[in-house]
Amino acid sequence: MSRMISYEKKNTPIHRLSGFTKLVFFLLWCTVSALTFDTRILLAMIAIGVLLYIISGTKWKQVSSVFIAIMFFMIINLVWIFFFAPYEGCNIYGSRTEICHLFAGYTLTKEQLFYEFNVLIKYFTVIPSIFIFLVTTDPSELAASMNSIGVPYMIAYSIEIALRYIPDVQDEFHKIKNAQEARGIEMSSKGSLISRIKNTSAIIFPLLFSTMERIDVVSNAMELRGFGKKKQRSWYSKRILQTGDYLVLAFIICFFVFAMVITFYDGNRFYNPFI
Amino acid sequence: MEKKFGIKEVVAMGIGTALFVVLTNVQIPLVIAPNTYLQPRMAIMAFFAAVFGPVVGGVIGLFGHALGDAIFYGSVWWSWVFPEAVVGIVIGLFAKKFAVKEGGFNTTANIISFNVIQVVSNAVAWIVVAPVLDILVYSEPANKVFAQGAFAFLGNVVIIGVLGTILLSVYSGISGKSSDLKMED
Repeated sequence: MSRMISYEKKNTPIHRLSGFTKLVFFLLWCTVSALTFDTRILLAMIAIGVLLYIISGTKWKQVSSVFIAIMFFMIINLVWIFFFAPYEGCNIYGSRTEICHLFAGYTLTKEQLFYEFNVLIKYFTVIPSIFIFLVTTDPSELAASMNSIGVPYMIAYSIEIALRYIPDVQDEFHKIKNAQEARGIEMSSKGSLISRIKNTSAIIFPLLFSTMERIDVVSNAMELRGFGKKKQRSWYSKRILQTGDYLVLAFIICFFVFAMVITFYDGNRFYNPFI
Repeated sequence: MEKKFGIKEVVAMGIGTALFVVLTNVQIPLVIAPNTYLQPRMAIMAFFAAVFGPVVGGVIGLFGHALGDAIFYGSVWWSWVFPEAVVGIVIGLFAKKFAVKEGGFNTTANIISFNVIQVVSNAVAWIVVAPVLDILVYSEPANKVFAQGAFAFLGNVVIIGVLGTILLSVYSGISGKSSDLKMED
């Protein structure tokens, strides 16, 4: 299971930003991406995303396998959309420009192609921000930044625990899996559905129970150290905002407002080139 | 259980989320429809929700799904993250009634009500919330997202109903007992 995106320590302008800035940027960015369907905004977001990706010094190798997996998923999704609703684009843009007839009730239209192109780039706008956020943000800073945007520290801390224990739980998972395979339990895709459910639970059971034990151990340790006695908590890895942080925050807020105005000023979130 | 929100819940949220993320990749494809999977991680979330309550269930659903998506797929499908939290919260609301840790889960009434609750919460999440969000956010065609939602609903109901129920019942059986001693006749 090597295809996993993880933090890498480097010294780029993006790594030097505080986690708080990156988290706010990430959340506003996702909100814009969810709300808008304006092709111009989406393309601008992709351009900015690619630029940030280059600045962050992320290597293609780090993300390529994940990227290919997403591409695969998206192509399937687009094909599905076409088969379920070949004229969704026509409904949205209110016109119909046929290109060619395919078969039965399916005719390829320009509106449909444009609509599916928009769906594709809409997914794409989120991807670089996630890659960059995960690759450049120190996990131990994440909890501090979540707490400073108002997430209760108990919950922020639990996310920190989650990031800390993902590799451990993963190790455990592989150990149990190997042990069960050694005992002759088939884990590949050969078996029938029922036998696969059975074999998967042969891993889930020991994994879950060892996890419950781990919860006891960790919570006892935290209790001994007086966790949760006070209303507030200070963070060792919290960074003070620098000039760069304020610039980025100002940029993303302006961008957010600007994108919303462009998207909604004609009362519709779609950009329509067919008028 | 009278304590409000303890250290154990914080740790359960954290390690539960980690477990949920690790199991993101463990999927059993359903033969009947493409792109639908039985996800054992859903059973894990239902388990944690039923044992530790609504906050733990909701957080594991929300952050577990978002983190798992982000780490393994590099993208987050927000419209499918929130329904997951809905399932966790709804099941969690009945945690006190189930009394899993006290060994009280293994009654017919509890097992039936757990399954009724999980079916209802899954229906709300996958047949209402997820498709509606998909339409609002991605403007995807209604018939496609409702079809996907229906399969997700089926898959999750099956995996929580089978694996989730067994996990809870076994755990409740182990943790409730103080010892294996039996009274002699």
